[in-house]
Amino acid sequence: MADIAAPAYRIFPIIPALKPGAMENVRSFVANEKIQTAIGFPGQLVEDWHDKAIAKMGELLGKYRSLRVFMDACVHCGACSDKCHYFIGTQDPKNMPVARQDLMRSVYRRYFTLPGKMFPALVGARDLTKEVLDEWYTYFWQCSECRRCSVFCPYGIDTAEITMAAREILDTVGYGQKYSNEIIGKVHRIGNNLGLPGPALADTLEGLEEDVKDATGVDVRFPLDVKGAEVLLITPSADFFAEPHIDSLIGYAKVFHATGTSWTLSSMSSEAGNFGMFIGNYDQLRAIAMRIRTAALELGVKRIVIGECGHAWRVAYSFLNTLTGVGDGADANDRFAQMLQKQLDHRYKQPSHICEFTWDMIQDERLSFDKEKNDKHIITFHDSCNVARGSRMGNYAGGQFEIPRNIIRAVANNFVEMNPATTREKTFCCGGGGGLLTDDLLELRVKGALPRMEVLQNVVDEHSVNFMATICAICKAQFTKIMPIYGYDRRMVGGVHQLVSNAILLGDK
Amino acid sequence: MNTLFAILFYLATLVFVVGLLQRIRLYANTPSPLLIPTTPAPVTQAGVVLRMTREVVFFESLFKANLWTWAMGWMFHASLALVLMRHLRYFTDPVWGWVALIQPFGMYAGITMLLGLCGLWVRRLYVERIRYISTLSDHLMLVLFICIAGSGLLMKFAVHTDVIGVKNFFLGLMHLNMQSLPASFPLYVHLLLVSALLVILPISKLLHAPGVFFSPTRNQTDNPREKRHIAAWAAKFESEK
Repeated sequence: MADIAAPAYRIFPIIPALKPGAMENVRSFVANEKIQTAIGFPGQLVEDWHDKAIAKMGELLGKYRSLRVFMDACVHCGACSDKCHYFIGTQDPKNMPVARQDLMRSVYRRYFTLPGKMFPALVGARDLTKEVLDEWYTYFWQCSECRRCSVFCPYGIDTAEITMAAREILDTVGYGQKYSNEIIGKVHRIGNNLGLPGPALADTLEGLEEDVKDATGVDVRFPLDVKGAEVLLITPSADFFAEPHIDSLIGYAKVFHATGTSWTLSSMSSEAGNFGMFIGNYDQLRAIAMRIRTAALELGVKRIVIGECGHAWRVAYSFLNTLTGVGDGADANDRFAQMLQKQLDHRYKQPSHICEFTWDMIQDERLSFDKEKNDKHIITFHDSCNVARGSRMGNYAGGQFEIPRNIIRAVANNFVEMNPATTREKTFCCGGGGGLLTDDLLELRVKGALPRMEVLQNVVDEHSVNFMATICAICKAQFTKIMPIYGYDRRMVGGVHQLVSNAILLGDK
Repeated sequence: MNTLFAILFYLATLVFVVGLLQRIRLYANTPSPLLIPTTPAPVTQAGVVLRMTREVVFFESLFKANLWTWAMGWMFHASLALVLMRHLRYFTDPVWGWVALIQPFGMYAGITMLLGLCGLWVRRLYVERIRYISTLSDHLMLVLFICIAGSGLLMKFAVHTDVIGVKNFFLGLMHLNMQSLPASFPLYVHLLLVSALLVILPISKLLHAPGVFFSPTRNQTDNPREKRHIAAWAAKFESEK
């Protein structure tokens, strides 16, 4: 780690020159046999990988309209070419979204289109060789599926969809990534990404109750597996002990406490994150999401609230209704979904984000704050990619931008925005999303953070910003790791509910 | 020559229509199992129509991405649209009122179309990133359009062609009544390239034209919490339970 230096800031945010091959040797560790077979994938590269890969591609083309249309529609206009943080940070041309897509598109053309079958050289089509497959592995594990490119594409082509398909094909032929697949195995085996078993979780929560009691003198509870609670909180497992995540967990508990909301965590479903999305595997995505449904049914809760986690919120907001029925508006004869939807309280959006919950309570004047408690902070807000471009909050488009900011303004006095070309739907990924938050990709993570670090430096210089709030467990972990390399204090990063926690008045002291 | 071009156009039109319809059917029949609009996205169907209209008419996303590419790309496409509308006069008798009205604009559009195309090609040739991602077919596609526009303009401004004769030929084709095509080299080139374009469209990147309407990130309503969305192949997992 010590030998990975932060790239220099660009004096002007010009588009970098190409450095072909710059990142071709940065490869995430490949999953071993044990990790692969534990989640139902072949243990190693199968003998007939070529035919299996092409067959899988054909299957996915038939199952996903996104892939089908995106393979055909690209005209190589280059609108996306300078939009990826990994390209900006690494200058490797294969990290341009269009070039990353073309790694697969070239193969698609060769096997699935007439011109590619007849004149491969003319249309840039190529055979799926072992070299190509290796290249897929390298560069599809250098995409964080953040969707920034899709904002700018005139046809809405989303590289994330193509990356997911490529990873799915790679897994099918036994060429999986260690980090993501190991984590998926842990969720199935233990219930969360960090592999924290139920008893350890109970201990942790008890410890937290004591800590909060010491700090505030108030008995704030962290309930676990309470049947009949109103709210089931599903939060990323990092919230249970990683810094600064845990401060946000304390914030959620204080909000529930101050509003008198009965709530519970689940030891069986103690993970909001869903790495099934990262590897583009519907079965895994669904199986992991089903744990939330099962917990909700078992505990008989009326509301499901999701903690601060970017991709978890995308899965929860956009996919949970589809995958598990957590939501509203199922057909009357859709027994699977109705079973759960009848139980949930539809005066509230299902699922809700913790920021929606808190903001509703603030608007109902059920929370009060001493904003001066946050005066030591000059705060900016980093929009997390999956929240910004893959979800919503509130009942209007763009609520995912306004609601967290509203909360910050309600609990703190000093808030400034970063350069608007890098916030809201144009936000840059932290550099560690999409299954890349692993030390074997640290070089990529450091370089990929460059565009965010540059604009953060601007507000540090101009406004003395000393706190960057965010609502994603991966953003928090990534920034605390890479910001010291850029010369920042790692404690500059924290959650929105960490700020809530600082300022909230608990009343019944 | 008459018969040759007649056969060519019948065949090209057939390939174009059948190929395009097949592709559109394929897009329409491929399920989208998950809601993936790029947010913030419209929360109503009417909002989606508006978003798509802005995308198709003004190239909104491209505008956000790169002003130069947008300016040249939009100039080319808008001009092409005008030029195509102008060409309706060769296929309608009597010529529709609005088609007659836009004739002068359509003429200049031929020039702006060529300018836009040249600008796009210069970008493709001289911007390092864009050159890197370009395939031979990307260049040839621009050359094809440039030659079509060039031969068309040549007939308008230099080597005049008997447009009445051209019109009679195409009206004849439409009514299965063979007429003779005026002998003109630029006209032959123009028609040959246009028929090539018709054949290429359903098997090339020109599929972006129908494709954009089927792009899930642009055409989906952002309402996953309000309404359950499930594809048939995904719903099967539930009945197995």
